[in-house]
Amino acid sequence: MEILEHFALGFGVAMTVQNLAYCLLGVALGTLIGVLPGVGPLVTISMLLPITFGLPPVSALIMLSGIYYGAQYGGSTTAILVNLPGETSSAVTCLDGYQMARNGRAGAALATAAISSFVAGCIGTLLIVLLGTPLAGWALQFGAPEYFSLMVMGLVSASVLSHGDMLKALAMVVVGLLLGLIGTDVNSGMERYTFGLPELADGVGFTVLAVGIFALSEVVMNLEQKEERGIFKANIAGLMPSLSDLKAITLPTLRGTAIGSFFGILPGTGPSISSFSAYMLEKKLARDPSRFGKGAIEGVAAPEAANNAAAQTAFIPTLTLGIPGSATMALILGALVMNGVQPGPTVMTRNPELFWGVIASMFIGNVMLVALNLPLIGIWVRLLSVPYRWLFPSIIMFCAVGNYSINGSAIDVYLCAGIGVLGYILAKLDCPPAPLVLGFVLGPLMEESIRRALLLSQGDFTVFLTSPISLGFLIVTILLLGSMVLPAIRRGKERVDREEASAT
Amino acid sequence: MEILMKSDVMRNKDVLSGLLFMGLGSIALYISLDYRFGSTVRMGPGYFPKILSGLLIAFGVAILIKGVRQGGNLAGPWSWAPLFLLTLAMVLFGFTIERLGFVPALALMFLVAAYAGNEFRLREVFVLTAVMSTFAVIVFIWGLKLPYPLFAWNF
Repeated sequence: MEILEHFALGFGVAMTVQNLAYCLLGVALGTLIGVLPGVGPLVTISMLLPITFGLPPVSALIMLSGIYYGAQYGGSTTAILVNLPGETSSAVTCLDGYQMARNGRAGAALATAAISSFVAGCIGTLLIVLLGTPLAGWALQFGAPEYFSLMVMGLVSASVLSHGDMLKALAMVVVGLLLGLIGTDVNSGMERYTFGLPELADGVGFTVLAVGIFALSEVVMNLEQKEERGIFKANIAGLMPSLSDLKAITLPTLRGTAIGSFFGILPGTGPSISSFSAYMLEKKLARDPSRFGKGAIEGVAAPEAANNAAAQTAFIPTLTLGIPGSATMALILGALVMNGVQPGPTVMTRNPELFWGVIASMFIGNVMLVALNLPLIGIWVRLLSVPYRWLFPSIIMFCAVGNYSINGSAIDVYLCAGIGVLGYILAKLDCPPAPLVLGFVLGPLMEESIRRALLLSQGDFTVFLTSPISLGFLIVTILLLGSMVLPAIRRGKERVDREEASAT
Repeated sequence: MEILMKSDVMRNKDVLSGLLFMGLGSIALYISLDYRFGSTVRMGPGYFPKILSGLLIAFGVAILIKGVRQGGNLAGPWSWAPLFLLTLAMVLFGFTIERLGFVPALALMFLVAAYAGNEFRLREVFVLTAVMSTFAVIVFIWGLKLPYPLFAWNF
């Protein structure tokens, strides 16, 4: 059994003392920031990226992914106990989770969230294993035209399917692609958009961009909101759910996992849409839909399963194709590139210890998370009383020190501050930041692949249409774009966006 | 069709985004005029930049038109003051770390950054600065072994 060998390799890597420690650190940090409203995985991962620079790639990736899926666990705790989403993806968990807590069933709600998250997390990780190998094998046949079309499809679908205005998202992709051009052109050796600064000859650092776009602007946006943080003194006794509870959540958990796994793989969609859709499905399937919003246990199990499954399956396109579907995945991919790993289908064959080590760490991390979240729940709840005015200067500190530390250059810190200003203006104008970062990561790869494709075809653009795989990707792209022009589908998406907004 | 007032345009987030994208695209296009376009077979360094700049300007125009016809307004006022203070905090850190050392740079940064918050309690900020600076020294200087002097005087 080949797969067992892979697992043995993976667990061998993940079970070293060092990697176990990074895994624990990652999931603990993830839970922490998941619990705290206003500090999400995007901000945290971008803020910690510079620090992982010195680590071996496997350890860096184990820790960063731990932060990401750990945050999905932590977010539900805040949702249930304080009626505030710790993460946006746990917004719907507030609806019934908080009601359960008010009915004196806080313990059962927390346990339900943890159990369904765990089940979904494990199934999601298994899916990476099952789908990852054939997908990477298929992608190994791709040449330059196929890769170019795949990247176009990834970027367009991430813009079309994501929340909000499609035109703005597409424009943001182009801004990201342009920012990715800064630096020395590999073919001609010419410096582009460097303004004569030697610091820009190697391009804008990935962490500089990520921190500026995500962390800084996020802090300013958060400061605009008035701080409201209720203190909750619930009796969280009785963590064990009853047998009838377990029976009631089995099917919703599995349905939530299925929905989450689907949206996780799709670019542009992720944990938030998954948990929302899972909740709506449960409400539709329920014999008595009026129970929802009043403490229905399915209303906790399904969305929590969905967002964790989505968090795991999002790794599939990232690790096997090298195409990130969301901003967080772009950060993970950026971490790989920073650490000298060439992303794409070759990761599995060229760096098997990395791929399988990270997968194995996800199983271990999910077990750690249950242990961290259930018995230690009291500690996390107490952390909720930390006010944001203590947190945000510390976030700024990590941003500044981290960016300074990569090259020991103050220019990077200035650049990051400047990008932060642009990031805030764009965020205020409702221009989604994720497509920009996706474009930035994929930009250089796209230019390289279109160049190679057209060089080989003697400048004949039909090369993108004669390869059936490439043609397939382009047809999907056009269908996606076309679907948004159809009024019926566009109105449907606008309705979903609105409902999602009102649920949060 | 309603006639848009000037003040409405300045609050219309789609019009503003359109203008911003058009501006960014124009700057990028202007700079790329110096880069050789090349041919499709042998692309010059200007091939990609020019196409992308043009695309960005086109998107900007489309968003602007959409904004004029049915644009949404900005949610809430701009918070220039916090943005300025946080940016200043980072710039100060970059400027002072090589001149005064790690600890003074951190302290300055915390003071300025904390002022961006909704509430500023001086005593609390001092405690926070002390605690987080100690933490940063332990993590970055002792833990990650970054080679920065704690205090310095380089002018």
